Amino acid sequence: MNSRRLVWRIARLVEIRDETPSARTLVLQIPGWPGHLAGQHVDVRLTAEDGYSTQRSYSIAAPADGERVELTVQRVPDGEVSPYLTEELTVGDEVEIRGPVGGWFVWRPNGTAPVLLVAGGSGIVPLMAMIRARRQAGSRTPFRLIYSLREPGERYYAEELRLPHPGLDVTYLYTRAVPDGWARPAGRLTIADMNTGGWPADFGPECYICGPTGFVETASDILLAMGHDARAIKTERFGPTGG
Amino acid sequence: MGFVSRGFRGRPRDEGVKLPPGQYLVHDFPVLSAGPTPRVPLDRWEFAIDTEDGQTHRWSWQELMALPAETPTVDLHCVTKWSKLGTDWKGVSLDTLFADVESSAEYALVYSYGGYTTNLPVEDLLDGKAWIAYQFDGEELAAAHGGPARLLVPHLYLWKSAKWVQGIRLMNEDWPGFWETAGYHNYGDPWREQRYQGD
Repeated sequence: MNSRRLVWRIARLVEIRDETPSARTLVLQIPGWPGHLAGQHVDVRLTAEDGYSTQRSYSIAAPADGERVELTVQRVPDGEVSPYLTEELTVGDEVEIRGPVGGWFVWRPNGTAPVLLVAGGSGIVPLMAMIRARRQAGSRTPFRLIYSLREPGERYYAEELRLPHPGLDVTYLYTRAVPDGWARPAGRLTIADMNTGGWPADFGPECYICGPTGFVETASDILLAMGHDARAIKTERFGPTGG
Repeated sequence: MGFVSRGFRGRPRDEGVKLPPGQYLVHDFPVLSAGPTPRVPLDRWEFAIDTEDGQTHRWSWQELMALPAETPTVDLHCVTKWSKLGTDWKGVSLDTLFADVESSAEYALVYSYGGYTTNLPVEDLLDGKAWIAYQFDGEELAAAHGGPARLLVPHLYLWKSAKWVQGIRLMNEDWPGFWETAGYHNYGDPWREQRYQGD
């Protein structure tokens, strides 16, 4: 048992990057931040003038970098918190944060097993932290990313993922609309996609799946059917709920 | 009141609804689990209570179905902040299952098909506070929500209500379970906001 207590800290927004028309990355400066592992998340607390407060959890998008913590927030229509974070919050504003939270869905740079990352929509966020942690550490662990989206305009981190990363293979799957000349028709993740873009089970990869519940169920069932060890499949699910 | 988030107003307050601190209300039923969903055929399903003396009490699916059932309506509070109120379940009270179990152990480690574990004091399982639930909202419990049967212990955060429950080990000492080892609170009372270690 460790006795580390997760305290609320004041985080100042220092940079904003738009990822898509409805998602933005918030770079926060958090004095006293204890550091984190790729894949962990934080709790964000907002408090109104009448004392009402509410909390949500957001995945961290980048590995530890001193007191800088990056979150990518998807605006949820009719949400209570995400519209504030993506539309209202400006550089210099402050929010309360505590974390890091979650010691299971994490990748450590000393890992040597090949890694399969399977992202559905905004589920890319904690997986991007793993990709960036790999690069930051100079790791040669082979990574493959399968990133399923509705259409190309919803890609997060598009420029960065376009750059060559030796040892990282990226496969995009589009479920509703594909770019011109794209060979694979629009459609949901299949076992053929996982065969092509993933690893054979006997390579013993660590698999991380993050996305909406239905996507995660499908992806993990496919991996089990391909013979992957259930203990090597880690999942993180986003319900339709949130905000 | 110290910190205020500039320009944040939040949703209109529903004064009639009292939620634990930091929770918000949902109307759907989000799914959270750490790995793939195990699928357990009913003819191989079994539930066990193992005592600290090495005695094991076992129930097949048919034996569980033959026990008197209750239909609790309870509020659910997930540590990821959502709360869902007035959910309808059907299941067997742990008081019924413990009726013939001789034990003076104070701690329970609940274990699941698929390898999940969670711990709680035995007293939190008794006196009408916990069930082995196999129906939700009048339907068989879906695998994604823990079917065929899950523990339901709604006065604690929902990670204590182990999905795909396989058994309960009674012990004289406390053994942290899966999330309890990963930094979450050992007890998990939502009304005291015991989310993480040290809360």
